[in-house]
Amino acid sequence: MSKKVSQEKYEKTRSYRMKQWFDGTRDPFLNTVEMKPQKAFSEDKETLERRAEDRKELRERIYDTAGNTEVRVFRKFYRVASVLFCICLVVMLLAAVSGLPAFGNPGNPVNNEVAARYIENGLQETGAVNIVTGMILDYRAFDTLGESHVLFIATCTVLILLRLDKSKKGSHGIGYEAEEDRIYEPKNDVILQTVARILVPPIVIFGIYVILGGHLGPGGGFSGGAVIGAGLILYVNAFGFAKTERFFHEKTYKRLSFCALACYALAKSYSFYTGANHIESMIPLGTPGAILSSGLILILNICVGLVVAGTMYTFYVMFRKGAY
Amino acid sequence: MAFVQNFPFMSIILSLFSGPLCSILSGRKAKWVNAAVIVIIGGMSAAVLGFVLGTGQEYVYTMGHFPAPWGNEIRVGVLEAVMAVFFCVIMLLCMLGGIREREEEIEDTKQNLYYIMVNLLLSSLLALIYTNDLFTAYVFVEINTISACGLIMIRQNGRTLVAATRYMIMSLLGSGLLLLGICFLYDLTGHLLMSNIREQVALIHANGSYHIPLLVAVGLMSVGIAIKSALYPFHSWLPDAYGYSSLSSASILSSLVSKGYIFLLVKIFYRVIGFDIVRDSKVINVLFVFGIVGMIMGSVSAIKESNIRRMISYSSIAQIGYIYMGFGLGTTAGIVASIYHIVSHAATKALLFVAASGITEVSGDSTDFFDLTGAGYRNKLSGIAFTVGSLSMVGIPVFSGFISKLLFAQAGVGVENTAKMLPTLIALAISTVLNAVYFMKTVIRLYTPEKKAVLEKKQFKQVKMTEEPAKSFALICFIVLNLFLGLSSEPIIRLIENGLNMFA
Amino acid sequence: MNLGNLFNNYGEAVAMILFGIGFSNLLLQKNLIKKIIGLNIMDTAMYLFLALKGFIGGRKAPIVTDGVQSVEAYINPIPSGLVLTGIVVSVSVTALMLSLTIRLYRRYHTLDLDEISTRLRKEGL
Repeated sequence: MSKKVSQEKYEKTRSYRMKQWFDGTRDPFLNTVEMKPQKAFSEDKETLERRAEDRKELRERIYDTAGNTEVRVFRKFYRVASVLFCICLVVMLLAAVSGLPAFGNPGNPVNNEVAARYIENGLQETGAVNIVTGMILDYRAFDTLGESHVLFIATCTVLILLRLDKSKKGSHGIGYEAEEDRIYEPKNDVILQTVARILVPPIVIFGIYVILGGHLGPGGGFSGGAVIGAGLILYVNAFGFAKTERFFHEKTYKRLSFCALACYALAKSYSFYTGANHIESMIPLGTPGAILSSGLILILNICVGLVVAGTMYTFYVMFRKGAY
Repeated sequence: MAFVQNFPFMSIILSLFSGPLCSILSGRKAKWVNAAVIVIIGGMSAAVLGFVLGTGQEYVYTMGHFPAPWGNEIRVGVLEAVMAVFFCVIMLLCMLGGIREREEEIEDTKQNLYYIMVNLLLSSLLALIYTNDLFTAYVFVEINTISACGLIMIRQNGRTLVAATRYMIMSLLGSGLLLLGICFLYDLTGHLLMSNIREQVALIHANGSYHIPLLVAVGLMSVGIAIKSALYPFHSWLPDAYGYSSLSSASILSSLVSKGYIFLLVKIFYRVIGFDIVRDSKVINVLFVFGIVGMIMGSVSAIKESNIRRMISYSSIAQIGYIYMGFGLGTTAGIVASIYHIVSHAATKALLFVAASGITEVSGDSTDFFDLTGAGYRNKLSGIAFTVGSLSMVGIPVFSGFISKLLFAQAGVGVENTAKMLPTLIALAISTVLNAVYFMKTVIRLYTPEKKAVLEKKQFKQVKMTEEPAKSFALICFIVLNLFLGLSSEPIIRLIENGLNMFA
Repeated sequence: MNLGNLFNNYGEAVAMILFGIGFSNLLLQKNLIKKIIGLNIMDTAMYLFLALKGFIGGRKAPIVTDGVQSVEAYINPIPSGLVLTGIVVSVSVTALMLSLTIRLYRRYHTLDLDEISTRLRKEGL
């Protein structure tokens, strides 16, 4: 027996919506995707006029190819000289390449005792099944230390250029950018949100798997961190900044990168100090093939992965909004 | 193994670690951390210098549990320790001299980012000095490039952004060529450690195999480093970058950054390829020609300038031309003269920049030439400092510039290939005259009293020595350093020769 | 110039041609974004060159499988490690250049470096 309900209650039920969809009387996008109409991009007349004048002056005085023979000759000369220079460079490099050892030859100078020791003794000396990871995080760890700091300092320069701070008022203050971002961002894009709900957890788990398995198979901190960063960017695009700012804001990134880089520096100084002073290192190497093996390599991979993930997300936020 | 021997590795790690440390601190605490780090590293480098002079030979320090060529290593000798101490001293004085400008020009929330850049710049300079591995040198060259770019654009007005863009484009070209040269060399020899590469290169050269690729590799590396250190045809980024950036940035950039690359070039010539092979390939002739042209064209462009900071930047181009001319001579005396000029030029150029900022401060913050009339009377210490720097640049005896010109002339006369002697001496003479023209013109203008009517209209302020203790202290230290280098240069030259013998 | 060897080393030859293309882009293009793309092409060409160094015909990737640890079973692992470092450097530098471009565009509304310098010369400091 069905209970008879009032018309308003009926209109809220699912069966009414189904009937409407079946009849084709309901607009699925009404009231669900809110996009306010864009404010027309306008500049005041003065700037427009000044810019038109500048362009005219540039064209006439500097780029004037019709009247100004000096500029025309110089431009042609510069183009011709550059092309000739590049062609000469390529020819010289090709000449050098033709003199290099043959490709894929096992007797090359490159395949010498250095590579032989990495392959033959790498597993016993570093504990890593992946020889390349063992090489960059144990044999030649100093290079990787420098490389992590390259990433860190690039982030600092991007922060200098693009971070908007609360102290600056005016048209480039923090409020204006955030407001603009909300206006142009469609609030509930069905496709993006559904796909993100399905995909983001596997992406993040895959990234964690790549980081943790860096010494057991292909992978490592850098690739895994990039994967996690991509997952975070997809999440932000689907659900907006309000959701990500619940767990990732500026203090998070600062503390995360400081802790990870400090941990890395500490671990590596212990390793270098004991190595140079010929003291035995206390870190156990474990059984190759297990996750908890290969000494410090696992910890270093995790640190590097966290830094890279945070950096990718920070680049995206800085380029888009300028503030967390 | 003595504990002192750990100090080079500790200084690199300390300066690398202080970068992320400054990222979580506020601007004021970051300033103190930065100063403390530079002082500590200076002290440690002095201890290392004492140790190496005591034992009389250099040592190798393995970074990790595996010896070369399977692991990384750093090599410490007299020359490296001298350079490290010297760079720390200059960096400390530059940072002291620019305190007031930093507080005015940089936003409060971004102050700690500036100190991160300076710390990482110091770490990359130390790593370039001590490293014995070619690929590590490339990674730290990249850190050097990016932090120098950060130093230029911290001031964030239109001109510095354009200057930073031009600087990055040219510098990345240079890095690309350097990496390509390193890849070629790795392919031919199979090693990345410098000492091992040299043995293999000697074998290859004796064999005669791989003749063209070796020549191309040497050429690519030299051109890459020449682009990055602003040798003559590749200098277009320099005047904008040094002329418009903040004061401590300009002084650190002009005195330390380009010199780090030149030191790497000396290492590549001596320790990677071997100087005889470099001399046989005609690469140094090309460097010689560009050096001489740079010496003259740099000074000519400086004469035409009316902005005092751009004028000093153009004079930098001329001085880098001197250094490359010293390389091009192809003798040990030439290299010793170049390295001494690195030391002397770093001290003098930083002095000139700091003094110039003191002068413009009392001329209404204008760098234009005509506003500087009589500034020597308004800010006495900066006037005296600028005069000392100019006299040193021109080459008046008693100051350090005279000793470096003397060394260059002696090296030029002693060269075996007499075709290089005459151009060297002529270029030295012409550039001394040109230097005198624009530096003396400025000094005379500084000490010409300004007309009373103009003074009343413009209302310039006077600054006494005690009003800015940090800058006055930095200026006095610079003057003392310059006089020390000029008057008692013998021990330093002997140290450099000693170090260069150990170097190979 | 040994043409036979050049055709044998065709991978490296292609890498050098790409390097030249990237280099000429960097010099000749007026648009800043196209210059940055040229820079990326140059860097990628260099990593191609370096990655080809390690290859030996008929051998597998350097991950120890089935306990086989002889030198004849794996390719050279060193160039792969160097390329890893290089890629991170390239990403960092590209991010820096792009943020510089964004700042310049916001202020001058143009991507042409010559036009910006000319306008700077007019407006003074």
